[in-house]
Amino acid sequence: MKALDSIRSTFAGDVGTAIFSGLGVVALAWLVFLGIQSPSGLFQTLVIGVADGSIYALIALGYTMVYGIIELINFAHGDIFTLGAFLAVPILGFFGITDTVPFTPVILAILVVTVIVVMLLNGLINITIERIAYRPLRNAPRLAPLITAIGMSFILEGLMFIWRGPFNLIFPDLIPDTQFTFGAYSIGVKDIFVVVTALILVTILSLFIARTKLGKAMRATAQDKQAAQLMGINIDRTIAATFFIGAALAGAGGVIYGLYFNTIRFDLGFSAGLIAFTAAVFGGIGNIQGAALGGLLIGIIQAASDRYISGSWTNVVIFGILILVLVVRPTGLLGMRVPEK
Amino acid sequence: MISRAKLRAWSRSPNAVVYALLLLGALLFPSISSFAVGNNTLVGLVADAGVWILLAIGLNVVVGFAGLLDLGYAAFFAIGAYTYALFASEQLGSSPLHHSFHLPFWLMLFVGMLVAAASGAILGFPTLRLRGDYLAIVTLGFGEIVPRIFRNLDQWTGGVNAIGGIDPPTLPICITGPWSFGNDLAIKTGVDCSFSTSDPTAYYVLMLLLIIGSVILVTNLQKSRLGRAWMAVREDEVAASAMGVNTVSIKLLAFSIGAAFSGFGGAYYGAKLSLVSPDNFEFIVSITVLVMVVLGGMGNIPGVILGALAIYFIEFKFLIDLPANAVNIANAVGLQSLDVKNGDWPGLNDFVQRLNFLVLGLILVVMMLLRPEGILPSRIRAQELKRGVSDEAVSDVAAT
Repeated sequence: MKALDSIRSTFAGDVGTAIFSGLGVVALAWLVFLGIQSPSGLFQTLVIGVADGSIYALIALGYTMVYGIIELINFAHGDIFTLGAFLAVPILGFFGITDTVPFTPVILAILVVTVIVVMLLNGLINITIERIAYRPLRNAPRLAPLITAIGMSFILEGLMFIWRGPFNLIFPDLIPDTQFTFGAYSIGVKDIFVVVTALILVTILSLFIARTKLGKAMRATAQDKQAAQLMGINIDRTIAATFFIGAALAGAGGVIYGLYFNTIRFDLGFSAGLIAFTAAVFGGIGNIQGAALGGLLIGIIQAASDRYISGSWTNVVIFGILILVLVVRPTGLLGMRVPEK
Repeated sequence: MISRAKLRAWSRSPNAVVYALLLLGALLFPSISSFAVGNNTLVGLVADAGVWILLAIGLNVVVGFAGLLDLGYAAFFAIGAYTYALFASEQLGSSPLHHSFHLPFWLMLFVGMLVAAASGAILGFPTLRLRGDYLAIVTLGFGEIVPRIFRNLDQWTGGVNAIGGIDPPTLPICITGPWSFGNDLAIKTGVDCSFSTSDPTAYYVLMLLLIIGSVILVTNLQKSRLGRAWMAVREDEVAASAMGVNTVSIKLLAFSIGAAFSGFGGAYYGAKLSLVSPDNFEFIVSITVLVMVVLGGMGNIPGVILGALAIYFIEFKFLIDLPANAVNIANAVGLQSLDVKNGDWPGLNDFVQRLNFLVLGLILVVMMLLRPEGILPSRIRAQELKRGVSDEAVSDVAAT
């Protein structure tokens, strides 16, 4: 076992980082090679990857924030994302939108209202979940809240399943399908919409965490709960706020997903959540910028794998990356906040 | 000989009573149920439930004894099932190997177990230094990858078309008589001694033997030095390693012994169903086994067996019969209108069919909140789960 241990510790240290960077360089070289073969094909892949990746980034932020503050892998987070998309359908229906409608400023206003309402509802639901299922177990062994989180994920999926059944639901197609073409390269309005919205939300979040009092309280709680409490920070409220923000972002992600793909399903959040979690780990869990970066990279990897390997192997590639990252560089790309206990 | 004091101590432990009741029930069940129902369907159902009991016993080693959360347990189950399916059907004849194998079940049962245990060790070796929740995610990723690989490698495994026509277990020699379809008393050999699904009693007996063997094995493991090391690692990894427990190899053993049982279960499952498809090993399988362990009582073997039986009954009998029953009840009280589709309301039948996810989720959450130690708790584990541990393990994902 001694020999095994020494192999293991080398893996975790510089060698792991070296392997990790080596693989990164190989992947990059491969992309460059593909880019030389067909620049427009690569461009198309990157566009799809960045658009998908923006949605993953929005979900990954929730994972990373919750993990940063209470070290819980919030398994139900992927389903909170689906819930956002599911809640948007009746809200849009309330405004009389049930099908494809040509884009007008009024539609834009309705969309903004819908996104905000979904974010609020989602946030409140997630606070309730936290209150019922996670708070009572805060001092229990680590596995306990993780198991309730899995249970909550099944409850949410079950409720959406009961509500809408096992069908693919149609999400109104509101964003025009126009493509801007420059020679061999083209990019859709939808892609731009997804990326811009995600960018706006992530910027607001970063500013919020860096500049506001609550943001400071969150950072303090993440660093040391007891010390933060001694400084007069209301821990429960701060944690609830974290859950609220995470769920709001995931909800917005859900609406964007619906607008981008136009079809949603009750169990969407399972794989989307896992992939987003991979993104959060990839970027360095607990690290906001890391989650955003990880989301984009995983989106690009997914698109590249879909195009150049095969769609049926994509999940194998992504989860393979997850295992690899955790094994050779658990701190992720940008490094994590290491809990000091 | 067993001394009197030992016997008395043994009869006083609540587990012994449960074991005795379970064994008595298991022995009497085939005759009672065939007599009561008039056919063998219930016996077959319980023989199927046995697979889940084996899985739950195996996962209990990982989750209950060593305190490692394994969310990809179905992967090992799949590996066991495919190991048997590939070497006991025509499948490999149409693969690039162009040669099919028909190895005997009794051999493959142990090969399946070893292969599953080995894959547990291979997955565990690089990942077990991760902290608990990271480990859970790695195993989950593994659980997603394995069925997908079986699905994608279709020239070897038949992919979505599944592997069918898997050999049933065959005894070298057997005696037929009035108990097997009123045949005359005779001694037979070869194909005549194959297990048949039309009379599942043979499967039932086989499963019972497997479970009894596993229970004895696991109980002894729990009481051994290894079992105490698992408990130490579960409660405080740092203290355990300071006391000289090699935590990594201990956890690796838990992982691969746990996986071994699902290898058993997988080989049996393939033989009984005669069909192995990648759809049978999805995430929901891992979760169902986890629910069985949590509901029954993590760390307590009879509890886990009861939990497996209860969940199996809820999942595969109660919830499956429920739609028809609910409709009958509604019709009987004059609420026929409930079963009519109306807007978002899918009709009572479809509605009840959709309850599955919700029920599993509710069991997990409610159990963890109200009785985290399970129906039939392990006394030590109950203390831990109720009071909590003041300081969680220090070992970090970021090993230096």
